[in-house]
Amino acid sequence: MTDAVVLFFVLGVVARLAKSDLRLPEALYETLSIFLLLAIGLKGGVELAKQPIASVLPPAIAAIFLGATIPLLLYPVLRGLGRLAVVDAASIAAHYGSVSVVTFAVAVSLLAQRGIASEPHMPLLVALMEAPGIVVGIVLARVLGRPASGPRSPLRWGPLVHEVLFGKSVLLLLGGLVIGAVAGPQALSPIEPLFFGLFKGVLALFLLEMGLVVGARLGDIRRAGAFLVAFGLGAPLVLGLLGAIVGHLTGLSLGGTALMATLAASASYIAAPTAMRIAVPEASPALSIGVVLGVTFPFNITFGIPLYLQYARWLGS
Amino acid sequence: MQTHAKKLLVIIAEAALEKPLIRDARQFGAHGYTITEVRGGGERGDREAQWEADRSIEMKVIVDSAVAERLANHVLEAYAPHYAVTLFTNDVGVFRAEKF
Repeated sequence: MTDAVVLFFVLGVVARLAKSDLRLPEALYETLSIFLLLAIGLKGGVELAKQPIASVLPPAIAAIFLGATIPLLLYPVLRGLGRLAVVDAASIAAHYGSVSVVTFAVAVSLLAQRGIASEPHMPLLVALMEAPGIVVGIVLARVLGRPASGPRSPLRWGPLVHEVLFGKSVLLLLGGLVIGAVAGPQALSPIEPLFFGLFKGVLALFLLEMGLVVGARLGDIRRAGAFLVAFGLGAPLVLGLLGAIVGHLTGLSLGGTALMATLAASASYIAAPTAMRIAVPEASPALSIGVVLGVTFPFNITFGIPLYLQYARWLGS
Repeated sequence: MQTHAKKLLVIIAEAALEKPLIRDARQFGAHGYTITEVRGGGERGDREAQWEADRSIEMKVIVDSAVAERLANHVLEAYAPHYAVTLFTNDVGVFRAEKF
């Protein structure tokens, strides 16, 4: 059973490939992304208030650890098999260490459609997994990479940390979680129709826009070459399994394990490109964005997520 | 009405450079700046402002010619090798010299 929102994504890709004049206003894209982040945060927050902290800690720590480990696993593959430059390998590894909130939203939508519950603290894990992979990727590039000429300019960590921690993704996810937890279900009921009732429709519109974006990046894939295409398909398959195992070991439910697998398999296309552009400007954004948006993102939302749910089922049985 | 000769320096760059460029402009002596979001294409491909990493900005600063030259040199040296950057200058006349 295909989730209808995925078809909107396909429509966007087709529109772009057909050179249609369809274009969503940038302000709408921004509005939709703010909505999705807040809605995911709020939903988790309402439930999170009822959770004992002891049940949240193990998966939270595991999520941070997983986010930081993924770039270290991918870097040697990108360097050794892909023969990529140090900075490009580190940058791509950082993108996979971080997470894609939209991929997570599609997984949440699929679980809801199939009536599978998941832990309310999963949105917290999304926020926690945003930064570690990016930091590890930057350190890899700075430590192992040599500047082409002259001494490397010192990195200004301050603005970078600010960018990631107070960027809209982490701010709105955590902000939504706190508002949801503090306000509680009763105080939230007046805004529930907007944030919870319209969630899927908004996600559909957002994915239409993502289809347009991905359609425009398909040219990058051809330039990226066969290795990166294979990497963009293989990495989420392996990382998804790793995420599912971590989710299972930290005691997550079937839905939670599938979401953890999705987070591990997903690659950031908002926070990571911005941070890497500032911290490692020598890395080619066409390569990293080409593989993340052109290969992994479409793979995850179409075939990946149902497969990660299957991983969770295998581990649970 | 009398005008005073100044240089308009226009820098078109990836949006990731917005904060560093504002910091640099201030440091090199610009009193103000104007930024607009733009889209376009060049030798580094098309930038269509479709999502966060795809945005571009156009920054305008009106300064003395010496400041324009120093700032332009810095931008060329620090950012042009690795970022999509276009810059050019133009002679302009301003009405209130002390503002720039």
